[in-house]
Amino acid sequence: MTGKLKTLALASLASTIMATASFTASAQETIKVGVLHSLSGTMAISETTLKDAMLMLIEEQNKKGGLLGMQLEAVVVDPASDWPLFAEKARELIEGEGVASVFGAWTSVSRKSVLPVFEELNSLLFYPVQYEGEESQRNVFYTGAAPNQQAIPAVDYLMENESVERWVLAGTDYVYPRTTNKILEAYLQSKGVAAEDIMINYTPFGHSDWQTIVADISAFGSAGKKTAVVSTINGDANVPFYKELGNQGIKAEDIPVVAFSVGEEELAGLDTTPLVGHLAAWNYFQSADTEENAEFIEKWKAFIGDENRVTNDPMEAHYIGFNMWVKAVEKAGTTDADAVIDAIIGVSVPNLTGGFSAMMPNHHITKPVLIGEIQEDGQFETVWETSGLVVGDAWSDYLPDSKDLISDWRAPMSCGNFNTATGQCGGKGVN
Amino acid sequence: MYRNSILALLTVWCLSLFAPVANAQEPDLQAIIQKLATSKNFNQTKAVVAELAATGDASVAGVLNALSEGAVYFRKSDRQVFVVPGRGNTLELFDPLTGEAAGEAGKRELTKVRVNNSLRRSIRDAIGGLTLASEDPTVRLNAANTLAANPDVDALPAIEAALEKETDEAVAMRLRQAQAAATLISDRTLEEKTTAVTVMTSLGNREALAFLTRFEAQAEGELKTLAASGITKIEKSLKLWGMGQNIWYGVSLGSVLLLAAIGLAITFGVMGVINMAHGEMVMLGAYTTYLVQEIIRNAMPELMDWSLLIALPLAFMVSALVGLVLERGVIRFLYGRPLETLLATWGVSLILQQAVRTLFGPSNQEVSNPSWMSGAFEVGLITITWNRLYILIFALCVFAILLWAFNKTSLGLQMRAVTQNRRMASAMGIRTPWVDALTFMLGSGIAGIAGVALSQIDNVSPNLGQSYIIDSFMVVVFGGVGNLWGTLVGALSLGVFNKFLEPYAGAVLAKILVLVFIILFIQKKPRGLFALKGRAIET
Repeated sequence: MTGKLKTLALASLASTIMATASFTASAQETIKVGVLHSLSGTMAISETTLKDAMLMLIEEQNKKGGLLGMQLEAVVVDPASDWPLFAEKARELIEGEGVASVFGAWTSVSRKSVLPVFEELNSLLFYPVQYEGEESQRNVFYTGAAPNQQAIPAVDYLMENESVERWVLAGTDYVYPRTTNKILEAYLQSKGVAAEDIMINYTPFGHSDWQTIVADISAFGSAGKKTAVVSTINGDANVPFYKELGNQGIKAEDIPVVAFSVGEEELAGLDTTPLVGHLAAWNYFQSADTEENAEFIEKWKAFIGDENRVTNDPMEAHYIGFNMWVKAVEKAGTTDADAVIDAIIGVSVPNLTGGFSAMMPNHHITKPVLIGEIQEDGQFETVWETSGLVVGDAWSDYLPDSKDLISDWRAPMSCGNFNTATGQCGGKGVN
Repeated sequence: MYRNSILALLTVWCLSLFAPVANAQEPDLQAIIQKLATSKNFNQTKAVVAELAATGDASVAGVLNALSEGAVYFRKSDRQVFVVPGRGNTLELFDPLTGEAAGEAGKRELTKVRVNNSLRRSIRDAIGGLTLASEDPTVRLNAANTLAANPDVDALPAIEAALEKETDEAVAMRLRQAQAAATLISDRTLEEKTTAVTVMTSLGNREALAFLTRFEAQAEGELKTLAASGITKIEKSLKLWGMGQNIWYGVSLGSVLLLAAIGLAITFGVMGVINMAHGEMVMLGAYTTYLVQEIIRNAMPELMDWSLLIALPLAFMVSALVGLVLERGVIRFLYGRPLETLLATWGVSLILQQAVRTLFGPSNQEVSNPSWMSGAFEVGLITITWNRLYILIFALCVFAILLWAFNKTSLGLQMRAVTQNRRMASAMGIRTPWVDALTFMLGSGIAGIAGVALSQIDNVSPNLGQSYIIDSFMVVVFGGVGNLWGTLVGALSLGVFNKFLEPYAGAVLAKILVLVFIILFIQKKPRGLFALKGRAIET
């Protein structure tokens, strides 16, 4: 096994050296921006798109005259879906390349792997994916959704509009689904759902044989109470899951599935006819009818050179995060990490759904929450949205050991996990 | 989906032609339908649906059906409502009631009347009552299903009237369930309720169980005991059916494992080459299927149902060719050095993955199921999906053909000779390098056609192969190296074993338990289930 890993590491090292070499050849007076997304391995399916989105945003910014009178320069590395390699690559970006900030990571485990590096070298990471919360770190900006910006509103929607009484929490077996489901379970029980009306199920990464689980769900749902599935199933496993749902004839009218990890990009590999009506909760849909969005989609299609490519929520998160960073650097007049960390709080930039997102003191941002139903063309139609913006909550109020924690990185508190019960910084999970 | 809805539309329109009453009411209906254009939210639309259903006129079923499928639009200029079944930039309009063509409009001139799940549900319930008298048995079955799932006391007389006329057994069965379910919640006599409980018990499905459980909770006296005994009876039979269902799932999982592993059974089992790029041969087969479908979709869409049959020989050839290049270019220099072979083929697998990723992009490619492979049918209470059934049959066919090729053809004879004693075979005039190459080609080609089948149930992405390589080795080692029958028995028993554990242990633990079991098993029987015997094996 170690032999395999070594080969893998060597291969990816070679490819990244080639990638970085071609970029560093250009001008001297530039601000370097690191892009830390897997371009090979299992996560390449999702992360490659984000790398391209970053390249596009940087190109756009350069067309507008760069930043602080200098051109931006993207430094792309490939951590190859290998979690320890993420830390190595982050170090290489910050120490070796001297990047001003890094945009990247997808899975929580990769983010956890790079945290100590960013803290030690005092650099900036913009993390664009919805995650399980329970974290707030000085050097990290969470531009994806926290559980209260995605999971909780989705459950609320199902309770109110579909009067769901019985819940299946199905997820892939790793930290994001486990924590999210823990929060959801506590939340549902606080809403008076009985323990026997909640079924929790975990499957391995890339699970492909869903027959038993789909049959279980259908049996669980035939108890006479309205049932819904809350899916934190990640990545590749979704396609066979939805195929099995379609084949076993489970319709959205009977047992709707609301997913937190299925976006336009995932549906692109799927015949969506049997899935019409299943739901997803995000902060952005490609179908959002705003001018900013139309412009963004047009630019994206032109940049990638493919009329059929779709946009998705993490891309919007990068769009927001990148613009926030640009604005904060302009405000601070420097790319120095400490100055940017101070300047970025309160910075507000337009999002793609027609509003403004602001960076909060807990390093999370404000976002609208949208619930969409899958359509036959693989797009989502928004059926519900929050009336205003929701502030990302780093520490869930529904978990006993995090409900007293708050995060505020402004002086004088400057603490990611302040315990309001004990009045001290450092409640739990110091990162 | 559209074809069905259009059929349903036509049926309903035909019906409405024969019903003069419907025509007399038409202006009224038109007025209600036009309200769809002014409804501001789902609740208002729902009210319009309820109003339409309350007219009891079957001619509105067409527009309701279209609405539930998102095919109802209104023109922005005059707020006129139309049914628009097509897609594209210029759309054909149809009158919502008569179904007559009403001209064309650009996509931008129209606004879709939006629907969500709860609206679709109300529409389905509304149509259920309206279409019970339809000519088409499938429409009637849908109606009966709706009524069986949502019992309605008011619909009881209509159900009974329909039941008397019903000739289709499947529809009648669902109607009887609907009747029983509605009777249980009505205030009918004791005898009628007793019959209803007996009917429910004899139906014995999960829905019946749910209704009986709810009924039992509030019933009294004789009825309560009868319902309780009915519940135990249903639970018992459900358990038995559940067992059968598990066996089917297991066999189906086993057939997938068999397909993935059988190519490896040749290259690893017979030749002894540890080919880590085996999974990528499967992936290449799946991508070939994707390409074939892509070409068919653009050039001759009518051949779509045949796409898999066309893809089979092509996938075999593509993977076999790559296999040949791999054998001639890399593996033949490494015979007898398993560690180097492992590393080299692992490297090749990475190269193939990245090559596919660069060529086709990292995201999943859409491979659609031909119509004959979609959907499911029921045997008793077991749901069997067509795609799984075809994959099982296909796996067994591949196995049979391979067995025949191995035992009855001269190439098979030569292969066996070379594996058993290379030097002796060479002395008998067999060109062993060529036999090696052909065997490896055969194994890779079989992996390619496995890819065609797997593209139907799994992602077509560059990572497809990785997820099967470990399982494949597991099956071959468990079944016994060098024995095709061992692979068959190994795959099926591992599948069934896994599926029996899954309901108790969960999918994650089940997989771990299977691995632990295999490790222990290999300790006891290092050569697997069906060990080859003979002197040649010892060396």
